Amino acid sequence: MADVIKKATRESYGEALTELAEKYPELVVLDADLAAATKTGIFKKAYPERFFDCGIAEANMMGVAAGLAACGKIPFASTFAMFAAGRAYEIVRNSIGYPGLNVKIGATHAGISVGEDGATHQCNEDIALMRTIPGMTVINPADDIEAKAAVEAAILHNGPVYLRFGRLAAPIFNDKETYKFEMGKGITLREGDDITIIATGLMVSEAVAASDELKKEGINAGVINIHTIKPLDKDLICRAAEDSGILMTVEEHSVIGGLGSAVAEVVTECYPVPVIKIGVNDEYGHSGPAADLLKEFGLCKDNIISQVKKALK
Amino acid sequence: MDGTTKKCLQVNACKARKGIIEGVYNAKSGHPGGSLSIADLLTYLYFEKMNVNASNPEDPDRDRFVLSKGHCAPALYAVLALKGYFSEKELKSLRHIGAMLQGHPCIHTKGIDMSSGSLGQGISAACGMALAGKLDGKSYKVYTVLGDGEIEEGQVWEAAMFAAHKNLDNLVAIVDNNGLQIDGTIQEVCSPEPITDKFAAFGWHVITMDAHDFDSIENAFAEADTISGKPVAIIQKSIKGKGVSFMENQVSWHGSAPNKEQYEQAMNELDAQLNELEG
Repeated sequence: MADVIKKATRESYGEALTELAEKYPELVVLDADLAAATKTGIFKKAYPERFFDCGIAEANMMGVAAGLAACGKIPFASTFAMFAAGRAYEIVRNSIGYPGLNVKIGATHAGISVGEDGATHQCNEDIALMRTIPGMTVINPADDIEAKAAVEAAILHNGPVYLRFGRLAAPIFNDKETYKFEMGKGITLREGDDITIIATGLMVSEAVAASDELKKEGINAGVINIHTIKPLDKDLICRAAEDSGILMTVEEHSVIGGLGSAVAEVVTECYPVPVIKIGVNDEYGHSGPAADLLKEFGLCKDNIISQVKKALK
Repeated sequence: MDGTTKKCLQVNACKARKGIIEGVYNAKSGHPGGSLSIADLLTYLYFEKMNVNASNPEDPDRDRFVLSKGHCAPALYAVLALKGYFSEKELKSLRHIGAMLQGHPCIHTKGIDMSSGSLGQGISAACGMALAGKLDGKSYKVYTVLGDGEIEEGQVWEAAMFAAHKNLDNLVAIVDNNGLQIDGTIQEVCSPEPITDKFAAFGWHVITMDAHDFDSIENAFAEADTISGKPVAIIQKSIKGKGVSFMENQVSWHGSAPNKEQYEQAMNELDAQLNELEG
């Protein structure tokens, strides 16, 4: 196998902001003393006059972003997912969501792949929190190409957007030349009607790898990449339910309220089929190297393969 | 302030107080006490101070106003109606199903620059608006009104730190120091005092004024206009329920509506004040 190039989507975020700054003069970036980690430091270096460090004060940062947006700016409020979706939830809900302001939330370090920092910083609840806010778009890109495209799509979308990025380097599997990001549209990466695996973010490449191995054993597992969790691509998911009769969701997020729940909500209305959910099971993470944690929590190719086999038995 | 201007403001403030009572009475709920304590301030801002125009409410160069203590929306609505943003009839449908006037301010209502009501959040949005003004080289100012109970919210002090650090001298925050919050006096509940010292320590220029004296109000805002390099906090000493005798300084009128008898008494008192002014 050729060497796979990896890059953390937080890095893609910082680069995309910088690359898009000239094209979108209203774009400004806010951070809460984490610019080195969220990678908005790349933007800060290139456009210091359009970068605002708000200090360790996420609630205020979200409100400041709302005020900037109310005056025509396109602010990207950046911090870890835990603080963006967790600590600042109510400000996001009331000062950004309710008025429908054009704020983009760049949330990095989502999921347990935060690694050694442990449970306090491993946010497995952000998708659940953010998708309950009316009018909020929720995007969880899978690799560098998708992350950068998502940043521009967020700019072009008039309204609040939550963008979820990871700390861990993720394999780049999309082709820059042919990749097209359509907000709210899933991408079929593998055809297969024995089961359809619906994955998001860091788990997409694991799902593809699992499907390829299963294929060798005669199991046809389709793979859909859902980068936009809200609005969800209901048509594609319902078609998958009809075609394969069983779905599996894979996400680096709690099995409560995230992609799995969103998919289950859809199919219970359009075409009820079993939905097997792989994710973090109603528990906290803990410290450890990201790769080891992902294995331990079953967020990996091997567990997807065994869960598929179990489901199809 | 010349006598004509003052009388005109006093008349409008009295009409605004009538609008507050009208709204809260018809809603059968709402917050009359803190609305009445800011009636003079909002009248001054909208009729004398701010560069705003009801026929061009989205003017990018206009001054901005954020009612951080959003529960006092009845005061803002009453003043906006007087200013011609919408009909005074709207006040009677405050908080009703399908009404334009929501229980707390909503950005989609004509004349409202920011949704607010969850305490502590409005001042942050005001900071963002002031920052945008600086970025765009615009000369507009941003005014925000907070309650003295509201400043118990930690977010207020995050915003206070931010505004001073970013030298937002186009931001004026007025704290309505009526001394009462839902559960009692601010001293009893969880005192935010000393308020002036706190804002000064956070790097703001601090001014105090009498919330019900237009000369004092004018002096305070004139001083605010001379300040550069730092945000301005105006601590206004006010009387909760001001203008309606039985509501004054009564914590029970923080968030309850008058019954028919109380409504009539309040309106009679305000009409009497109006007659005296216009007499």
